[in-house]
Amino acid sequence: MSLENVLSNWSKYRRGAEEGGHHEYEHKWAMMINLDLCIGCNACSTACYAENNLAVVGKDRFSKGQAMHWMRIERYWDQADKEFPEQGASFLPMMCQQCNSATCEPVCPVAATYHTPDGLNAQVYNRCIGSRYCSNNCPFRVRYFNFYSYYESSWPEPLNMQLNPDLSVRDKGVMEKCTFCVQRIRVAKDKAKMENRKVGDDDFKPACVQGCPTSAMMFGDYLDEDSQVRKTWDQYQVKMGPYKQDKQEPELRGYRVFEGLNVDPSVLYLERVREEV
Amino acid sequence: MSIVNEKDINEQIAWAKINADVLSSMANPRKAYWISVAMCIAMVACAVAAEAYQYNEGMGYAGLNNPHMWDMYIASFVFWIGMSHSGTLLSAILHIIHADWRKPIYRFAEAMTTFSLMTAGFFPIIHLGRMWNMYWVLPYVSDRGHWPNFRSPLVWDAFAISTYLSASMLFLFVGMIPDLAICRDNAKGWQKKLYSVLSLGWTGTDRQWRNFRKTYLLMACFLIPLAVSVHSIVSSDFAMSIMPGWHITTFPPYFVAGALYSGCAAIITLFVLLRYYFRFEEYMTKAIMEKTCKLTFAIAMVWTYLNLVEFASIWYGHDMYSKELLIAKAVGPYAWVFWSMIFCGSILPFTLAFQKLRRSMPIMFVVSLFLNVGMFFERWMIVAPTLSMSHEPHQWGVLWGSIIEWAIVFGSFGWFGLLFLVFVKVFPSVSMYEVKEMVYHRRRHLVNDDAAEKFHRRASDSKTGTDEPGLEGA
Repeated sequence: MSLENVLSNWSKYRRGAEEGGHHEYEHKWAMMINLDLCIGCNACSTACYAENNLAVVGKDRFSKGQAMHWMRIERYWDQADKEFPEQGASFLPMMCQQCNSATCEPVCPVAATYHTPDGLNAQVYNRCIGSRYCSNNCPFRVRYFNFYSYYESSWPEPLNMQLNPDLSVRDKGVMEKCTFCVQRIRVAKDKAKMENRKVGDDDFKPACVQGCPTSAMMFGDYLDEDSQVRKTWDQYQVKMGPYKQDKQEPELRGYRVFEGLNVDPSVLYLERVREEV
Repeated sequence: MSIVNEKDINEQIAWAKINADVLSSMANPRKAYWISVAMCIAMVACAVAAEAYQYNEGMGYAGLNNPHMWDMYIASFVFWIGMSHSGTLLSAILHIIHADWRKPIYRFAEAMTTFSLMTAGFFPIIHLGRMWNMYWVLPYVSDRGHWPNFRSPLVWDAFAISTYLSASMLFLFVGMIPDLAICRDNAKGWQKKLYSVLSLGWTGTDRQWRNFRKTYLLMACFLIPLAVSVHSIVSSDFAMSIMPGWHITTFPPYFVAGALYSGCAAIITLFVLLRYYFRFEEYMTKAIMEKTCKLTFAIAMVWTYLNLVEFASIWYGHDMYSKELLIAKAVGPYAWVFWSMIFCGSILPFTLAFQKLRRSMPIMFVVSLFLNVGMFFERWMIVAPTLSMSHEPHQWGVLWGSIIEWAIVFGSFGWFGLLFLVFVKVFPSVSMYEVKEMVYHRRRHLVNDDAAEKFHRRASDSKTGTDEPGLEGA
């Protein structure tokens, strides 16, 4: 950022938190998750494991909190004294929210995590030195650290043959997280460019969206007025960017997690419809 | 209870005796010394073994997990950085306000500063997932045009600590030059060679003293803002985040107060040890101990006040997450640590308020150790509870650390001890020339109250006061 740039574009940059800051996005990938349709089956999580070469850490390490599930199904019980899901568990699929003002980005000492022109919060594995500050500053706690080397324990031969060649296998000491399946985005963008057209809704889906049996999830480009995702966001009167949402219809179910923290997430959740108990 | 009002130092000590006493502390060590060294080496060995294992196998063996990405390493880092502040307080701040009682005790406090920084510096490196790439946080010129992220408090840390470490090492060394010359004049063999090099040809001429004074004062003035800013920057590791319990405006002063506090407590501990072991009763007197205790007590109260400010602002601020966290600190799984911290940090220092207790070396030794236990708990209570209970309830969890992590923390005390033990045998742990100055000034006051004043006036005006009485020794 040169001085000249700062001076000539000052009015753009000075736009504060109220407008969600200044971004020059080509795309703004966004998601919608309808919690009313979510049955908590973990298919999204499994799909993510398969697509993104996520290490399977084993029972012990999982219970220690060292799991690598980029996409996790959080279970909450409405009534704390009741133990069984059928008595009121609700599910919250939680993955990196690709915040527009991501708190993980400014704290990384080596700038290993940064914002792409696609509106994604990218993680550069090769640059990461593992200070883990990003994870500590993530209110969603969706960043996963390679506490161990897994390439031998998690994919013993011949399981290594099932690894996805489109992305790397991370070694110990590196932070990783949901990328909205950036490798698929890359392919779709290249293909659309060669065919000289816009990336459309049908070009690709991230693994979790593809795997969801109840179609509870939706993915697309928020900047594309015709995309399903944009239409859904608009339908539920949730806007990306502003600090405070002003819904005309407060009964609408759309919300973003931790809206009050002003991190401006890219995932819209639709609240579960609950029956009166 | 009668108030004891005694002198900081006996002004009749002969200069030759000061030299002899201090130099004898550097003589061949006794058995107890070697036992202490062996213990420290054993502690360091524990840490090295643990670190080697962790390095090869991954950070997971430190017991870290998803909410607890930082734990004891960062808490210890803050603890050791904090410990380093007292040396600067004693040698620089008290120097420029002319509190001359600091003179017999500032040297080891300054050494403590340097060594605790050298201990603290390990922790951010140890805690890195890929420590072999640690130099990436420094802005070196790379042909790929890579720079560190200057917005990150961890980068500020790297600058602050390396600046502070080099400045405090230099300050320690410069302040020691006249003493090293005394060592040189009394040493034989390889020691003579060592001190000859280190004393930089000091002969004690007028010009050398003038330049020395100027340099020393300049460095003191440089070091004071540095010391304050270093711990403020360490506090921004936390305060710059958005986590409840970390995102607190009062953190910089709170950290500085806590740093001075634990540093002063450590000075008391080492004071008692050196006084006992080297028989420095004549230099590290009870009167000086009392002054150190009073200073510690004042800082303890500042720290307590800042704690209360923090609690009150969280309580009345109605930030849901912070408030819940504060309640969880007091009654949750970490409650025993929290209340021990309050007890050791805010209640126990009241022993320093009573002269009878202050004058008892064994009591002060134990109290100062507990003050530092409290301060260690404070750092733990800054790091761990926030991670255990941040915004996302699904990722709540308590962590007590693994044996690997505790072994490294344990070993850091051994490393510090080892450095300090080597220091006290190789370098004079009491500043000879400054004690002589102190004795000289006091003696002048005793002979004639006006004489000392005349002496000071003479320094600025060369015309008056030619009748300076000769003093033996030197």
